[in-house]
Amino acid sequence: MNFETIVFYVFAALTVFAALRVITSRNPVHAVLFLVLAFCSMAGIWMLLEAEFLAITLVLVYVGAVMVLFLFVVMMLDIHLAQLREDFWRWLPFGAVLAGLMVFEMSWVLGSSDVSGGKTVIKHAADYSNTKELGRLIYTEYVYPFEIAAVILLVAMVAAIALTSRRRKDAKSQVVPEQIAVRKADRLRLIKMSSEKHAQEKIDNTAEVAR
Amino acid sequence: MIALSDFLILGAVIFCMGVAGILFKRKNIINVLMAIELMLLAVNTNFVAFSHYLGDTAGQIFVFFILVVAAAEAAIGLAIVVLLFRNRQTIEVADWNELKG
Repeated sequence: MNFETIVFYVFAALTVFAALRVITSRNPVHAVLFLVLAFCSMAGIWMLLEAEFLAITLVLVYVGAVMVLFLFVVMMLDIHLAQLREDFWRWLPFGAVLAGLMVFEMSWVLGSSDVSGGKTVIKHAADYSNTKELGRLIYTEYVYPFEIAAVILLVAMVAAIALTSRRRKDAKSQVVPEQIAVRKADRLRLIKMSSEKHAQEKIDNTAEVAR
Repeated sequence: MIALSDFLILGAVIFCMGVAGILFKRKNIINVLMAIELMLLAVNTNFVAFSHYLGDTAGQIFVFFILVVAAAEAAIGLAIVVLLFRNRQTIEVADWNELKG
């Protein structure tokens, strides 16, 4: 048993444990934190599969952004744990049987046959860069899908903001049509009045009166 | 040496946990979304494993796009959850029955 095998089984066990806790834990905050653990240990397994860029992306983008979003939402909504609990035991046997059956089927099929088609894994040289290779592919062969991905993210951002933003009742804002429609007569009032005396004369006059 | 099928079985186990999670926690929409994230993680693992063992980088590109779509899905899904909670004060899936579906 070499080092890679030990690393694989440790990370696989961690991932399975974390996934189990995600679907069984009572508190949604705990569930999100165990999901973070599952993602992190799965990133370790991806690292073992020499997908360094995706492993780092999983930790940075997924754990760093999406899971924090989940955590924010879970903490923002106030959830009554007792009410959510009751459905769990009713569905446990059915779900467990279904999942167990699926795992059994899949591992039966996958374990009994050599899925890799007898190919040996290509050993890369020490200066091989996974990120460079991915970047080369994304910006040449997959450049249009890449741009569509950017548009999808933009649409998601606009949709999320448009869905959740609400207008405050006491918010002050410009009313542009009113500003454009304003006329001179609405704002400016011309009045006629007699001209004032010079300031110095005024002081002299008051002095005379005082004397 | 770890075989390709080991990674695929790990992916299958995680995927089935996602499926079971949807069944267990059907009341809480947040748990359903988290179970979907687990399933996507399992699928991505399969892609990465195949990409490594068949020596084809295109599988990793696919994972990249799945991550993009999953992030968009999570953002919009959570926005809808927040909106529904604001209007109905509940996150139980069974209580959202306006459409009579």
